[in-house]
Order: sequence, then structure tokens, then C-alpha cells
Amino acid sequence: MQSDLPSTFFTAPPHFRWLIILYFFIGGISGGALLLAGLVRLFGRSEDRPFARLASYVALVGAVISAILLTVDLGVPVRFWHMVVQNNTGRLMFKGWSPMSVGVWGLMIFSFFALLAALGSLSEDDPSRWRPFRFLADTLIAFIVAIGGIITGLFLAGYTGVLLAVTNRPIWADSSWLGLVFLLSAISTSVAALLLLARWRRVEGPGTVAWLLGLDRIALILELLAIIIFLVSLGGAIHALLNGWGVLLILGVIVLGILIPLLIHRGRAVRNVALSAALVLVGGFLLRVVVLLSSEGIHVVGTQVIR
Amino acid sequence: MMGTRALPILTQNPASPARITQPSVPVSASGGHTEPMGFFTDTTVCIGCKACEVACKEWNQLPARGDGGAHLEMSGQSYDNTLRLSGDTWRHVKFIEQFPQPYEGRWLMMSDVCKHCVQAPCLEVCPTGAIIRTEFDTVVIQSDTCNGCRDCISACPFGVIDLNHVSGTAQKCTLCYDRISVGLEPACSKACPTDSIQFGPISELRQRAADRVVQLREQGEKGAYLYGADPKGPLGGLNAFFLLVDEPEVYGLPRDPKMPTRNLFRGSLWSTIGAVAMAVIGAVTLRARRMQDVTRTNSHEGE
Repeated sequence: MQSDLPSTFFTAPPHFRWLIILYFFIGGISGGALLLAGLVRLFGRSEDRPFARLASYVALVGAVISAILLTVDLGVPVRFWHMVVQNNTGRLMFKGWSPMSVGVWGLMIFSFFALLAALGSLSEDDPSRWRPFRFLADTLIAFIVAIGGIITGLFLAGYTGVLLAVTNRPIWADSSWLGLVFLLSAISTSVAALLLLARWRRVEGPGTVAWLLGLDRIALILELLAIIIFLVSLGGAIHALLNGWGVLLILGVIVLGILIPLLIHRGRAVRNVALSAALVLVGGFLLRVVVLLSSEGIHVVGTQVIR
Repeated sequence: MMGTRALPILTQNPASPARITQPSVPVSASGGHTEPMGFFTDTTVCIGCKACEVACKEWNQLPARGDGGAHLEMSGQSYDNTLRLSGDTWRHVKFIEQFPQPYEGRWLMMSDVCKHCVQAPCLEVCPTGAIIRTEFDTVVIQSDTCNGCRDCISACPFGVIDLNHVSGTAQKCTLCYDRISVGLEPACSKACPTDSIQFGPISELRQRAADRVVQLREQGEKGAYLYGADPKGPLGGLNAFFLLVDEPEVYGLPRDPKMPTRNLFRGSLWSTIGAVAMAVIGAVTLRARRMQDVTRTNSHEGE
């Protein structure tokens, strides 16, 4: 019966597809990476410094890719600046109650901190070429950059879920927990991505890896709980997931991306770190695929809601 | 000083059929507009001719389809083959074919359009300021400002807005801003042959609509009611409201349209709590590791 459907089902999809899915995935990793870089710089050991530098590079590259993805996804990409400056008055464009408006500014400020952190890291990695930026690595400014990176990194990791919740689309707007789910997933995927990259770049100290695995375990458990709360909070809108998307959510996101990595972590076998990290990345990507495309598929033709 | 710019047209007032009424755009002495304007759509007299759709497309120079009409899309299950509102279809006549038996049933027709909500969700979220409220209390997307981010599409509780693939921007009904600013009636209501679509000052339309509901109920149509006419209702009322005779969902309308920002506070709150928790967990676990190092070093020195 159509009258049993929540009001969100009578809306039109905004065509948030693969570019946005990629942005949510890469932006999340980027945000999580700057969070980790900041934490390690402030509270870590000296053996963790190479890892912090790697994380800051990942954050900067992710910010650049994110900006490109968002711009290309616009209907008129050359007007990307209309998000920041009013084209008809020249005044700054900012709406504190619009997550997309806040997100654009958040991404810009994040990119600024990511750039400073990366320059500071370069000055440590290659002092002969990047010496002028040494002050970004070992002064009070480095401390401020780390704090700014933590705050803006957490923002970038979580605002995308809030952006989806502040719509009228099925699934996205039927719960207010999506921001938390995306935040925790961003942290777990950024830890996973950095574990793989640290292994590749050979900057993995045993203490660093142990700390990352511990943090990842906590993030995955909290993510699992957040997903369960999110699903329960959907109420009648859960019907939109009683199909292939729901199967993908359970098998791909929960089993493959959370439960199996948690089981692997339990064994504490270092040789399986790469496998569990890869699975977490797959699960994090599938989470965004399921959330976005399951809602995108719902639309009204004539007067009929097509699911 | 108030005046009116009168538009003498022949319309059929449902409360008093077949008489001449004069939809007017009230203006102040300075020429500025003073009263909200909108549409009242009486679905009981809609005959599904789609003249409004054609008039809208002709006046606004919209293509038959986004691809220029090269690929004609057929619904395959209805006599309605224009299917939905979109970036290039700003008026759409819905056909509701209620036929439980082959020779038993009824047709319901409804000319759908942007509701020009008093509290407009699209306007609220638009990050470029492209969506504005006009002096007529209508909601208009400025195509030269919109960059096609599509946030408004997901915010609209009625599925009205969509991307126009020619301009790359979000588009919808402007309530013929260009026509009403010079005292003309919108193209769709002008073309409507049964006066199902009526244009005028909202207060006047609400009164006329209430009278029509009373008339229909007296005639035996007990299910007649107004959708979106209540200024204390959802979204502060709709400046394009409807007279319906069945459940809103039957017409493809939401029963309880809401503002998208209803989730903003709680969504941000849970995320912030989670963010603070993860930052604290990260900091505490790193700090604990450092403390272990200090303890280990001290114990070695003690030995």
C-alpha cells in the first residue's frame, strides 16, 4: 500500500552517484588521515613520526581529489565558486544551516590545514629542499596545525552523513544517525588505508601498527553499533533495504567489512593486517554504495512510487 | 495607496459557474507587489487535456524531452505519457486510473506543479543563493547563479525539482515570474480550459477553495478536502495548493512534507559526540602507550 510509505518516498533522486560515492569514500579517508596525523603528532612517540608524515600526505592528496570530484560532479563545473562567493553581489556565500554550504567551507579549511601539515612533513622528510617550512613541524604553529587538522578532519569525516540526513530522501532523511555511521566508517577506512600504505612505504613501526589496530577495532565495533541503531531508527523506511541492497549491506558491509576484520584482529596475527585492512576498505566503500544507490533507486513515476 | 492591475479573462468560478472573474495582481502605488500570489488547482474539474503542460513548455521554451524529444518515453501502464515533473517539464498532469474492474472505476486527474512553499526546503538548503523568494511570495531558481549541485532536488519534499540537461542547472516552475511581473496570468492557468488551475492572491484563492469544498460535499463528494491550503499546516502552507478527493499518496503526494533541516541538530549532535569520543580514545590510547614507555624506562633505571 502506497499510503503506508513514509513521506520521503514521494521525492525525486538528486543523481548522487559514483562521483559522490567516491568523494564520500576518499573524503572520509582524507579526513581520518589528518585526524590520525594530528593525534600522533601531539601524543605519539618519535617512532610514529614517519607514519604521521605519511598520513598528512594522504590527507592532502585526498583533499585535492575530493575538490576535483565535487567540481566535476556539478551540473556547471565552472560555477563551483558560486558556493563561496555570491556571483551577483560579490559577497561571501555561507549558510550555517545548509550542510553543503558548511561542507564546502569545511573542505577548504581542511585543505588548508592538510597543506600546512604536508609542508611540515616535507620539511622533515627532505630538509634540504623544504627547510623554509620547518616551522610547520617543530614550533607552536605545528601544534596549532595538528589541533586544526584533528577538528577539520573529524568534520570532513562526518559531515557527509549529516548532509544526506538534511534532505527529504528515503533512508537518508529517515534517520539522524547517518552522520555518526559515516564518521566511524571514515575513521576505520582511513586507518585501513594508512596501514596498507605504511606497509608499502615501509614506515610501519610495530608500536604504531599495534596502536592503529587497536583504534581500528574500537572504530569497527562502534561502527557496527551505529549501523544497527541507524537501521532500527529507519522505522518504516527499512522496506527500502529489504532487497538486494539490504543483502549487500549485511554481507558486504557488516560481515565482510566489519565482522571478518574484527575476527582477524582477534587473532593478532600480523600477517593478516593487510587482509583485514583491505576488507575494511571494501566494506567502507560498499557502505557508501548501499546508502546512496538504494535511495537513488526510489522515485515516483506518474503517481506510483518505484522501488 | 493600493491599486490592482486587472486581467479581464473568461474563467469559470466553481462556486458560481460560467461567469467572468478578473484575476488581478495587487500592486502598491510605487509599483511594488504587496500580496502573496499562487495557484489553486481544483482536481475535480481537470480533464487531463495537458493544455497546461503544453502552454508551460511553449512559454518557457522547454523541450519535449531533455534529449530534444529524440527518444519518446512511454509509461506503458497509463494514458499519462509525460510521467513526471522534471527540469524540462514544469507542469505535469497526473492520471490516476482507479479501475478495480474493467467497467467499474474512475479517473482522477491532477495538474502537478511546484508548490511554492511558504517555508521552502529548496531555498533553505541552496548553497549558492540561486533560489530566491520573489515579491509575489513565490520561489524561483536563478539559472545564472545555480551551479547544478542538486542539493535542492533532494530537499524538495514533493519531487518537483530536477536537473535541466540543457542548462546543467536545477529548474522548476517560476510561477511565470516574467508574466506576472507585468500583470499577466501564468501560461498554464491561462490555458486551462476548465479553470482547474486558478491563479490569484492566496487569500482570495483560499476562500474560493473553501467554498468549492463545501459545494462538493453538499453534492455528495464527502472526500473533498484541500491539500496545502492551511497556513498553519506543513511548510507554513503551500502557495500552490490542491483540492483532492482521495488520500494524498493516491496522487503521489506526501502526507506529511517536512523541512530537511529537521535532522540537522540531532544529526550534528550524534556526529559531534562520536567525533569527540574517537578523538579522546585516540589521544588516551597514545598517551597511555607513552606512559608505559616512561614507566618501563624508570623501572629499568631503578634496576
